[in-house]
Order: sequence, then structure tokens, then C-alpha cells
Amino acid sequence: MSSVAITPEREHYLNKEYGISSWLLTTDHKRIALLYLVSITFFFFIGGFFALLIRLELLTPAGDLVQADTYNKLFTMHGQTMIFFFLIPSIPAVLGNFLVPMMIGAKDLAFPRINLLSWYLYIIAGIIYLHCILTGGVDVGWTFYTPLSSGFSNTKVIEAGVAVFINGFSSILTGLNFVVTIHRMRAPGMTWSRLPLFIWSHYATSIIMLLGTPVLAITLLLVVFERAFGLGIFDPTRGGDPLLFQHLFWFYSHPAVYIMILPSMGVISEVVPCFSRKRIFGYHFVALASIAIAVIGFLVWAHHMFVAGMSLYAALIFSLLSYLVAVPSAIKVFNWTATMYKGSISFSTPMLYAFGFIGLFTMGGLTGLFLAALGIDVHVTDTYFVIAHFHYIMVGGAVMGYLAGMHFWWPKISGRIYPEGWGRLAALIVFIGFNLTFFPQFVLGYVGMPRRYWQYSQEFQVLNVLSTAGSTVLAVGYLLPMVYFLWSMRYGKLADDNPWNATGLEWRTASPPPTYNFDETPVVTWEAYDYENMPLPQEVTLER
Amino acid sequence: MFDNFPLWPARAATTAGQVDALYIFLVLLSAFMSVAIFIMILVFATKYRRRHGRQAEPIEGSISLEITWSVIPLGVFLVIFVWGAVIFFRERTAPAGASEIYVVAKQWMWKLQHEEGQREINELHVPLGRDVKMIMTSQDVIHSFYVPAFRLKQDVLPGRYTTMWFHPTKAGTYHLFCAEYCGTQHSGMIGQVVVMEPAQYQAWLGGGTTTGSLAQSGQTLFEQFGCNTCHRFDVQGRGPNLKGLFGKTVQLEDGRSVVADENYIRESVLNPGAKVVSGFKPIMPVFQGLVSEEQLNELVAYVKSLNTPASGAAGTPNLQSPGIQPPTPKE
Repeated sequence: MSSVAITPEREHYLNKEYGISSWLLTTDHKRIALLYLVSITFFFFIGGFFALLIRLELLTPAGDLVQADTYNKLFTMHGQTMIFFFLIPSIPAVLGNFLVPMMIGAKDLAFPRINLLSWYLYIIAGIIYLHCILTGGVDVGWTFYTPLSSGFSNTKVIEAGVAVFINGFSSILTGLNFVVTIHRMRAPGMTWSRLPLFIWSHYATSIIMLLGTPVLAITLLLVVFERAFGLGIFDPTRGGDPLLFQHLFWFYSHPAVYIMILPSMGVISEVVPCFSRKRIFGYHFVALASIAIAVIGFLVWAHHMFVAGMSLYAALIFSLLSYLVAVPSAIKVFNWTATMYKGSISFSTPMLYAFGFIGLFTMGGLTGLFLAALGIDVHVTDTYFVIAHFHYIMVGGAVMGYLAGMHFWWPKISGRIYPEGWGRLAALIVFIGFNLTFFPQFVLGYVGMPRRYWQYSQEFQVLNVLSTAGSTVLAVGYLLPMVYFLWSMRYGKLADDNPWNATGLEWRTASPPPTYNFDETPVVTWEAYDYENMPLPQEVTLER
Repeated sequence: MFDNFPLWPARAATTAGQVDALYIFLVLLSAFMSVAIFIMILVFATKYRRRHGRQAEPIEGSISLEITWSVIPLGVFLVIFVWGAVIFFRERTAPAGASEIYVVAKQWMWKLQHEEGQREINELHVPLGRDVKMIMTSQDVIHSFYVPAFRLKQDVLPGRYTTMWFHPTKAGTYHLFCAEYCGTQHSGMIGQVVVMEPAQYQAWLGGGTTTGSLAQSGQTLFEQFGCNTCHRFDVQGRGPNLKGLFGKTVQLEDGRSVVADENYIRESVLNPGAKVVSGFKPIMPVFQGLVSEEQLNELVAYVKSLNTPASGAAGTPNLQSPGIQPPTPKE
């Protein structure tokens, strides 16, 4: 982490102190955000490496690149790394950490030291998980289904479980910090209905983190107890019930999908108004939709279990509730689209990612309607259709939103401008690569290829080859931003305080911000997204 | 070319057409919705792209639009829900008189037992045009019996029975996959379902050597294990008379009542103390670990055969939720 003296005189959070301990012992939310940025990027590339190996193995029907056991470990560790060590912390812990206090006009989060503790818990969990990977790995699927995980697998289930368990507390503490901060530390005049939608979505996310994560922790602990001490909780030969595990696991892990997507929705709700120069369409509906998703999202978990051996009537209820949770998501998509109506739209990189997000999230959401339909779910669950669906939501949605946000706030975070042309190119490559990778998997799933297959029947090959080809394009698209972000830290143009002329409070302080964010506490007298009274940014010159 | 690049799986059971119909509807609906949104984004992005001298128009929102685009999707969603639920109901309600096949899954193979006594591994032969009901259990972890050509899948759990049924409509050989990840050779736990013309099927049935029907094997076991010393048919023994038991509601010692379905019989063999019939003492020994899953299936088939000529008139009870019976399917 080399920080360059950007402007010789002005002191900001990056140049205030130097040295390892000034980072490892910092309680500045912005520095902690950067600690997270480095760590989750590291895990993203590990998870991505596993993904590429998976795609390479699936290039041919025969299991020929790696052994069956290795393949099983690859998809398990791809899922666990990406979900627990990248997606769940991604936007909240990096952008949320950086922006939540600034957006509401606060000096820091409510509990700065707990914030640092969150990062240390994440790192401890990460080290345990890396140790698990390096000393043999784990092969039970990211879902830890019993009794496979609790009695049959002979890989490092306990170690992986402990890592995820500890990581969960990092998530809980981040959620706690956000909830308290948003309630208690808003600047004068920053009322609930003036909050940026990024804050609303982080508030909703935090509620899920606080209420859901403990259930996962308990569940994994029970698996560890059964595995280590032979307690009969899930294993039917010891009087347990394997379906109980699935209910408990999905009680967290379905809402966890919303932990991943809600913050992205928050980013999109910032980016679309800024690059349309308009107040967001239907502010209150978008805000309440986040809360509705968080609440209803807790009531749909068993739609992962329609063929698991659940009662017919339970399946009916969970199918119906799953359709209800789709409504607020639809409301959001319509409002973002309507925001562009009669706007003044620029095609800057963050907006291109936002376009990508809306398109891919729409497709992910629509294919969710297939899976919630009981009759269709029976056929496509546990096939590549599901894989495609959740990658559209979690990669097409969450990761696109994360990249939109990284580009949007990069000038604020680093004080530098990234190269716009490269940014747009990367956005395009990611979009194309993503669709090429995952669209064929919808077809593959309906034709009947089950997920988690190391070798497969001949007729599935063409679609798999397309998917593998797409994944290499996608990999290039993901490497590019990392390269030019790093490049821009030294060579990028210096950023103004507010290069996009955006309305949020975070843009009304220096780039990069001073340690306590604002020289004096701001007083808010305007509504959110007050673009009417905000001039156009200067460099709109690229298009015209 | 289509051998290597199928866009559609074979359609070989009554359920397949029903699922495909809803699928096509949803594909069209999704295509329409995505295209509508993409076109709107494209139109807005070009028509309202940033130009000098043009300002964005301040628009706050519109309650009526919000209501419109909440209520219409909700209505459409409810239609999809009902449609999907109707298919699911049919899929989960086996018609009376279906021929029964017992399945035991284990890492990493499928073992199948026909009523007539035939046994198969990783291959299932069924006649065209007859209802077939699968009664399945696992010896170890969770598996899932998946036949894409039937659009059907059901997880197979250790420690209980789950069921599925189908009505094959087209002769041919179809994939059988394990769809629930089950360890090292998960992707090798595959096989085929062979749907045969009835005449051929009869020939196939006659081809193998068997030791008698499943129920007959069950009877042999029943005598071997000495079950018949207490469960007597002539006089009241120390255990309940099992004649005509299957499908009946049983009063339990603790006041509850259960339907005597396959899962109840299974449990009562393995762990008899769990649900003791009213008026009897919990004196039966535990058979957990003493009978194999296959033997258990034979015993269950035997107990069911004691119901003499015609078994239950309505649909068979839903095994996955003991105590709750789905309505009788309309014929």
C-alpha cells in the first residue's frame, strides 16, 4: 500500500500517518475499509482461480484435468470463498465502511474499535480458511449438507466450519455498527427521508446480518458437535433429522443472498440519479422496498427444499411467499428505469456498470420466478439452471454493483481519477464475458445437467465449452480494473472534491477526505438527490 | 448437430408436457419483460443523453405508477404460483394402483427392487403407459433421483421413505442422475431408465431369475425374524394383527394417531418404541442395524400385501408428511 503525497500540504486520511502499525491499529473507518478492500480482493482472486479450474475441467465431458475429489473441493471452496470471504463483506465492509459515516455527516462509525475488531475476526477466519485450503481443503459443498458433512466426508469440515463461524461474527459486528451509527449519528437535518438510498439498503442489510448470521453460527456449531462428538442432531441413525440442517442453514443462507444484493441496489440507487442528473424516481418506494426485502426475505428459506422431502403444504406456502419477495425487487428495477426518463444521461463507467446491473439483475430476478414455481423447480433445482440463476443475481447483480460503486467512489477513496476509456472497456468486457459464461447454463440446466458434476454426458459439451470460453473473457474483465486502479493511485489525474458533481455529503468534503471526514459537522437543509440545484460536472466532454 | 447441442430434453412422461408448457410461458414472459426494460433503458439513454443546453426535468415520482407496477406484477406472479402449484400437486399425488418400485440409494449406486422380485442396479425398466410409484430411501447420505426426460426429481433421504411417481409416455432410454451432491463419485452415480413396450417388458420380466415376489421374500423374512410369533393372524398375539393395517389410521398409546403408511411401518420395525399402538406394550426388540434397507423394503411390501385384494381406493397417502393427506386427485 504505497500512498503518495498527493498535495504536499493538505493532510488527509491516507497521509496522516505512515507505517504498518498506523494501518493495523487504525480505528479510522476509511482505513479499515481499505484493509477490507485489500483482503477481499485477495480472496476474490483465490475464489476466481478455483472457478477457472472448474471451468477448465468442464471443458470436456470426461473428468480428466483433476481428480473427482479435487473437483469437489474446487467447487466447495469456490463457493465458500466467494460467498463468505468476498460477497458478504464486499460492499458493506469496503464501500459501506467508507461511506456510511460520510454520507450521514458523521466523523466515524459508532464503535470504531469494534469496527477494527470486525476486520481482525475476518482475517482470523480467513487465515483458518486458507490453512484449511492449503492442508487438504474441504469437499462438502458450500452448503455443508448433512449427513455428508457431519459423518461421511473425510476432509477438513470442522476447520472450514470454524472459519465460517468466526467470519460470521465479523459480519454481525459490522451490522451492529451500521445500525447504531445510522440511528444515532446522523448530522443535524439528516432526517430518515433525506438519507441516501445507499444508507437505507445498508440499514436493511445490517438487520439481516444481525438477525440471520447467529443462526448460521449455531447451525455450523451443531455440525461440528455431531462430527466431533457424535451428537445425534442431523444423522438419522443417531436419531437426528437431516432436513433440520437444511431448514436452519437456509434460514440464514437465503437472507444472505439479500446481504449480497441489497448493498448493490444501494449503489445503483446512487449512481443512476447522479448520471441522469435527477432525483431518484419514487424515493420512498425504493427505500421501503429494501426494508420489505429484508423482512420478507426471512420467510422464504424453504424454497431451496421443494424436493428435499418437505410436506406439500409447506411447499405451497414457501412458493407463495417467494413470489411476494419478488415484488419489491421489481419495484426497484422499475424505479431505476423511470429515473432515467427525461434525465440528462452520461455514459460514464459507473453508469455503464449500473446499466449492466439492471439488465443482469432483471434476468436473474425473472429466472427466480421459474424456480419459485413448484412444478418447474422440481425439474431445474440442483441443475445448472440454479447455478446460472444465482450467478446472475450474485455476480451479474452484486459484483456489477460493487464495481459500479468502486468506480463511482474511487476518486473519493484514492483522490485520483482512473482512466475513463479503460473503465468503459472493462465494463463492456465484464458484461459480455458474464453473459457468455452464464447464459448457456440456463439451457444446460433445463436440458438436465445436474450441478456439482465432475464428468458429464457427451451432449452437454457444446454448452459447457461456451461457458468456459466466457469465463476467460470474464477473467480479463475483472483483472483490468485491478490493474488500472493500482496504476491510477500513482499516475491518475488528481480528483476534485466532487468530480461527478454528485449530491451526497461524502462529496462535500475533500478527496481524499480528512481523518474526521468533515472540517465541521455539516448541517443538511436539502433533500436527497437534489440534482436540480447541482450544476453539471465539468468533464462531460467525452461524449456529445 | 443436435446430438451435441440439445436445447430441450426428451419428453417421456405425462409430467414433462405440463412442466414444459409453464416453462415456455415463463420464457416468453421473461423475454418480453427483459426486452421491454432493455428497450426502455436504450431509448432513455439515447433520447435523454447528455447534451448542451438540455436540462434534466425534475420528476419526483408517481404514486399511480408505483401502484401499477406493484399490483400488475403481483397478479402475474400469483398466476404463475397457482399454475406451478397445480403441476406440483399432480406430481406429488400418486394415483391408486400404481405399480411400486423400491429404491435404495447408496454412495454411489442406485439399487432397485420390483414388486415381482426383479432387482436392478443403476438401471430401471418400466413398461410404457403404466403408473409407477417409487418408494425410496438411502443407506448413507442424501441423494436425489432425477430423470430429466420426466422433469421429475426427488431427494432420497436416509432414515425415511420419500416417494415419486410417473407415467411414461414414450419408449426409450433416458438419463437417471443423482442430483444431490453425495461425495466423491456423485457425478458417477448415474444410470438409465428404460421405458419398454408392455410386451417387451413382460419378456424382460420373465427373463431374469428371481426368488419370488418382493412380498414373498418379505414373508420369508417375517418368519425368519420370528415376527409371526407376536404378530399373529389367527388369534390376538402380543403385537397388533397386521392384516388390513396398511393405510389405516392407528390409535397410539400416548393418545396420538398416525396413518400406517410405509414410513410408519419402517419406523415400527427399526425403532418400535417410537409409536406404540394403543393397548400394546413396548416389548418389541429394536431392529435398527439388524435388517438391511432391502430387507426392510421386503418387509414393508409384505405388510402391504396383507391388505388383500384391493388396497386403498383413493390416492396413496403422501409419505413426506405423515398425517397430512392431499386431496384425492380428480380423474
